Amino acid sequence: MSVVVAKQLVKTYVAGDIKVEAIRGVDFSIEPASFVSFIGPSGSGKTTLLNMIGCLDPPTSGQLQVAGQDITSLSRQEAARFRGEHIGFVFQDFNLIPVLTVFENVEYPLQMVQSWPNEKRKKRVLEMLDAVGMADQAHKYPSQISGGQKQRVAVARALVTNAKLVLADEPTANLDKETANRIIDLMKQMRDEFKTTFVFSTHDPRIVDNVEITFALEDGTLHRLEKSAGGDHA
Amino acid sequence: MRNIFKLAARNLFRYKRRTLLTSMLITLGVVSVLLFISVSGSFKALMVGQITDSMLGHVQIHKQGYLASVDSLPLNRNLTGKQIDKVVQVLAEEDAVEAYSMRIKLGAMFSNFIETTNIRLNAVTPVDEIKTAPLLTERILEGEKEGLLKPGEILIPELIAKGMKVKVGDGIVLVANNKDGSVNGQNFMVRGILEGISGPGGRDGMVHIEDAKTLLRIGAAEVSEVAIRLKDIDQLPAVFASLQEKLGSMKNQQGQPIFEVHTWESISPFFNIAKMIDLMTFFIKIMLVAIVLVSIMNVMIMAVYERINEIGTISAIGTLPNKILGLFVVEGFLMGVLGTAVGTAISLISIAIMNATQISFDFGRQTGLLLSPAIGVADVVLVVVIVIAIAVVASLQPAWKAAKMDPITALKHV
Repeated sequence: MSVVVAKQLVKTYVAGDIKVEAIRGVDFSIEPASFVSFIGPSGSGKTTLLNMIGCLDPPTSGQLQVAGQDITSLSRQEAARFRGEHIGFVFQDFNLIPVLTVFENVEYPLQMVQSWPNEKRKKRVLEMLDAVGMADQAHKYPSQISGGQKQRVAVARALVTNAKLVLADEPTANLDKETANRIIDLMKQMRDEFKTTFVFSTHDPRIVDNVEITFALEDGTLHRLEKSAGGDHA
Repeated sequence: MRNIFKLAARNLFRYKRRTLLTSMLITLGVVSVLLFISVSGSFKALMVGQITDSMLGHVQIHKQGYLASVDSLPLNRNLTGKQIDKVVQVLAEEDAVEAYSMRIKLGAMFSNFIETTNIRLNAVTPVDEIKTAPLLTERILEGEKEGLLKPGEILIPELIAKGMKVKVGDGIVLVANNKDGSVNGQNFMVRGILEGISGPGGRDGMVHIEDAKTLLRIGAAEVSEVAIRLKDIDQLPAVFASLQEKLGSMKNQQGQPIFEVHTWESISPFFNIAKMIDLMTFFIKIMLVAIVLVSIMNVMIMAVYERINEIGTISAIGTLPNKILGLFVVEGFLMGVLGTAVGTAISLISIAIMNATQISFDFGRQTGLLLSPAIGVADVVLVVVIVIAIAVVASLQPAWKAAKMDPITALKHV
């Protein structure tokens, strides 16, 4: 069963008398454990699409199912609960909580969102930190680690709840080439290990080269790009 | 909940200077209020003690209409025979009554054989009067204090002693009109000089009740007022209500009330000063509320504004709005607790220091009054609860704003 299914998805923003159709009736589906990217120029609607999949922004019309559930009409509270249970987020600016240590940042969703028991929670956090190679930095604060390390922690935080889907908005935009490659490798490794679906919104060709499916967005319409024999999308 | 407290505490610690300044402001407010309550309360208790223990007693009983015409000291409004018996019977039933004194209040002409002046007098039974007004003997500036006075002796107010140049041991004459208008005179020896105090009866002289009866040619039992001292002044409302019920409801043959019962509060003008002190305390508490409200709200609005992106992050990863609300409310709560705890500690230490240094003050004609500030647990608890509750209330609006924040807008905030 597809992790994400969208049918005739529309998102229209209204500012005064002006209506802007950010997404114009798109259809797509994303399969479990896939590595998918949405690409397109600024303003093409890729972040809007990611926000809709992430239950952060409800569609204006159409159907959108995530993890088997229709999310088009969830209340604010229900949406928050759904995000906490099924979706992980990785942000461009890492968005770690500065007053929490690396360990506590990864622990946060299990403690403040899902209420896992103490022992089980700590074990899971250590597993995730180990998986992203940050176990030895567990007691450091975000201000004491590098950008690449922060993004590793963010990946661990996104995966710690066993999320079926991780949404990553420009995850490598603030990283140097080498670190970005390591983060992409890490996410791929995590996908293989935990069978998690990764969906990216990106401009980064390094990500596009590594994903299996790429959707190109332009003026609110979506086209699936097929991968050529050499691995490039066409 | 523990995690919310942990996170809130860390966020407060993150902005150390701002948290410290806000908490200091709350501390300052708490210290001001607690010190004002303790000092003004001490002053009030001291003055009330002075007034009730050296003259008025806690409760007074008169014949109906006596107090309204007390300026003329009317002898035709004295309690007589059966009325006095009834009062004695009712007072015997009241466990809270420590002592009572029956007084005849009269006006007379005071002569030192050279000059004559008016004098107001309280005629008392010394043993009962000392029990009812235990600080009375402290008011005797010159002369023997022990036993107060004997028949044939008079205690004269210091103003008359100075004005008439009368000393202890001098002979004087009192001339008074009795109820029928006939005049009688009697010789007295000055036993002592009485210090004047604020309030009704504070500048009256004093004679033995048997002398007053002779002077006024009163044959049967007759008194102008019954002053009552209670074992504990806190029992005043209950005793007053009981006496009102038992005596205030009694009617004469014409259907008019026989007795009037008054607490010291309705007799002494100091009660109005005491009320003003209470009013000032109330306004100082209002100022404290304003300080806490403004400072906490200001800090919490800043905290929310500075952490918009962070709010967006925790909201996006699934933190429920009520937890975000709780997080900011707990920050305000903790700041209130911190400021209150430090403020209470400083206040209690300051009160202890003031008591150790024995601060004295003058009030009116009374000098060298010793200030003994004290604060009740109830007052401390009330201030603590008010401050913490206001801190929480002040955090609610910013916290609500944070909880309701759209995660997309918040995440875009730079």
